[in-house]
Amino acid sequence: MRAKRALCAALVACAVIVAPLPAAAQETPQALRQEIDQLRRDFEALKQQYGDRLTALESKLAAAEGPPPAAPETPAAAPGASPTAQVPPGAEGAGGPSGSLPVYGAGAAASKIFNPDIAVIGDFLGAAGRNQVNPSPSLAMHESEASFQAVVDPYARADFFVAFGEEGVDLEEGFLTFTTLPGGLLTKVGRMRAAFGKVNTMHNHILPWTDRPLVMTNLLGGEEGLADAGISVARLIPNPWIFLEATGQLYRGDSSDVFTAAKPGNVSAVGHLRGYHDLTESANIDLGFSYARGHNGSGLAVDDLSGTFTTNLYGVDATVRWRPLRRSIYRSFVGRSEVIWSRRDQPGGLQAANGLYVSGDYQFARRWFAGVRGDRSARATDASLTDSGQSFSLTFWPSEFSQLRGQYRRTKYALGPTANEFLFQFLFSIGAHGAHPF
Amino acid sequence: MKHVIWVLLATLWSVPAAAQGKLNVVTTTEDLAAIAREVGGDRITVEAIAKGYQDPHFVEAKPSFILKLQKADILIVVGRELEIGWLPPLVQQSRNAKVQVGGEGYLDASLHATILEIPAGQLTRAMGDVHPSGNPHYWLDPENGKKIAKDIADKFSERRPNDRAAFEKGLAAFTARVDEGEKRWLAATAPYKGTKVVTYHRSFPNFAARFGLDIVGYVEPKPGIPPSPQHTLDLIAEMKRQNVKLVLMEPYFDSKTPNSIGRSTGAEVIVMPPSVGGVKETTDYIALFDYDVKLLVDAIKRSGAK
Repeated sequence: MRAKRALCAALVACAVIVAPLPAAAQETPQALRQEIDQLRRDFEALKQQYGDRLTALESKLAAAEGPPPAAPETPAAAPGASPTAQVPPGAEGAGGPSGSLPVYGAGAAASKIFNPDIAVIGDFLGAAGRNQVNPSPSLAMHESEASFQAVVDPYARADFFVAFGEEGVDLEEGFLTFTTLPGGLLTKVGRMRAAFGKVNTMHNHILPWTDRPLVMTNLLGGEEGLADAGISVARLIPNPWIFLEATGQLYRGDSSDVFTAAKPGNVSAVGHLRGYHDLTESANIDLGFSYARGHNGSGLAVDDLSGTFTTNLYGVDATVRWRPLRRSIYRSFVGRSEVIWSRRDQPGGLQAANGLYVSGDYQFARRWFAGVRGDRSARATDASLTDSGQSFSLTFWPSEFSQLRGQYRRTKYALGPTANEFLFQFLFSIGAHGAHPF
Repeated sequence: MKHVIWVLLATLWSVPAAAQGKLNVVTTTEDLAAIAREVGGDRITVEAIAKGYQDPHFVEAKPSFILKLQKADILIVVGRELEIGWLPPLVQQSRNAKVQVGGEGYLDASLHATILEIPAGQLTRAMGDVHPSGNPHYWLDPENGKKIAKDIADKFSERRPNDRAAFEKGLAAFTARVDEGEKRWLAATAPYKGTKVVTYHRSFPNFAARFGLDIVGYVEPKPGIPPSPQHTLDLIAEMKRQNVKLVLMEPYFDSKTPNSIGRSTGAEVIVMPPSVGGVKETTDYIALFDYDVKLLVDAIKRSGAK
């Protein structure tokens, strides 16, 4: 009762202070009392209204949450009773998790749910020995690759790989993937490494070597490789025997020193057909055929000739893998080979340059791998010059997240003295880097 | 010639006939496949990606698995990041909206199970290959098996409401078999409650909690890190101090270090399959526990350890 009176007094005070004081309304105490009564009625009505609304809301909420969960039925396993949190509204169905989420250590996890997976992979390279043709720095923080990967919406995901070299930053790849288009089309849009063979699609840190084979350097633009802005469509070709995937890609036509688009119409095209078959549960074979066509940079200096010269590239890749399932973390072998034919039209005439590499990597202990590689390739712009080389490598994996690698490389250049080098590499990864395609 | 090419293209392009009737279920492990088979009976076809005798953390993302996922109506995963190293690229390339994370056919079997070893506080990889959302080997507790089966039955019924009765029946039969088995297994292990053991990887916390084993150490110094000499010496000393007479190891690890630990401590090393299909006797979920419990009890009896 006392509270009510105090409230009234407060209301009166408010009314007195706030009201713009029309003097006439306050002339008699009776008028004032009437006004107070009116205010009191209004206030009671308001209180009632809000009370009702609140009750209705509460009952709605209870209904929405469903029946209270059954009492936990696992008395014995109490230590592991998992704390969970509800998925934030909107996360379900957006490619996000559904149901309840585990609470990771700190409450901050909830605020990170929609952040992309972020990882950084460091690639430190060292070189010793003599190479007068293509010398490597003695010590270099060769590349730091930052990756950002997340689901965009129920229809697509996005992957960005930003490479920080010692001199600058480069968008290695950045693309949108539509994962669920009708007709089984896996479509990518953005900047990508072209689906030409195997090594061209690989990032530095998943190569089994410290470098890229000579044939990549001579015919496919080296480390940057065939990578460009474009659209890619891949489809599985149904058949009862093997995994067969056809990929078609259209690019702007600017790719390292391989393709140069002098005008917007000079787009380049890449086609890839991949067949895969499990020979046994432990062994499998992976075969690919690739084709790329685009305009090259020769004749750019002359107006009439710019954009008239094209390069056609043909590739065959084969990978044989063996990994016994029962000892899958201790033993494995991967044999790879790629052959590339380059047909480059240029003012001096057509240059038909070919190249290949063959390699084998054997895992002989849980953390140890030994590898060997043979290289041979002509040069794209002058097919009469052929370089060749051999490499031996040894890799140690302290954990899944780091690697130490040593590689001895001997390169016989068409012009210049033979190079003998010892290369070593530290690879290390922090954060949540997504798994790589097979 | 042109016609031939068009006909060829049309044939290749034709969408494979959509599977009607039977639900096509793909699971990541044989344990989930075994449970799904009991629940779904003849209303489903089920196939597992990883074999029971391989390390489920390290499965190769082979393109042939993409084909399985492409045709799947339902994908059941163990979750808790067990498959993080290989499943995402397979799902992304599956071109199947149903099995994408959060899709209508995607089921994370861990959501209602009792999960142990959920790390608290800050996590770093200095701790090894830790699973931030808890130990993913949770299926090795029959109570969790029943919860997984319930989730699977719910998912099946959601996708095939007409077969709900069959799935409910399958679930009830499976639950009854597990209940019956659990009585048997608990009775067999009851006399040996508190037996101290060492395991290779952290694969058995749920099993140990259910059947009263006391895990005092691991052959791995940290999850996913291979044994180191110093850790092995420390472990041997600790085992001697606590008189540990049993080392449990998963079939897919190298037995060299466990055997040398066994020789130094007089402990017996037993290869205990953590999964259906791990050895040929473990043909289904019930048989897995029958086998493991018998193996364990026999070994405890032999060693006389308590």
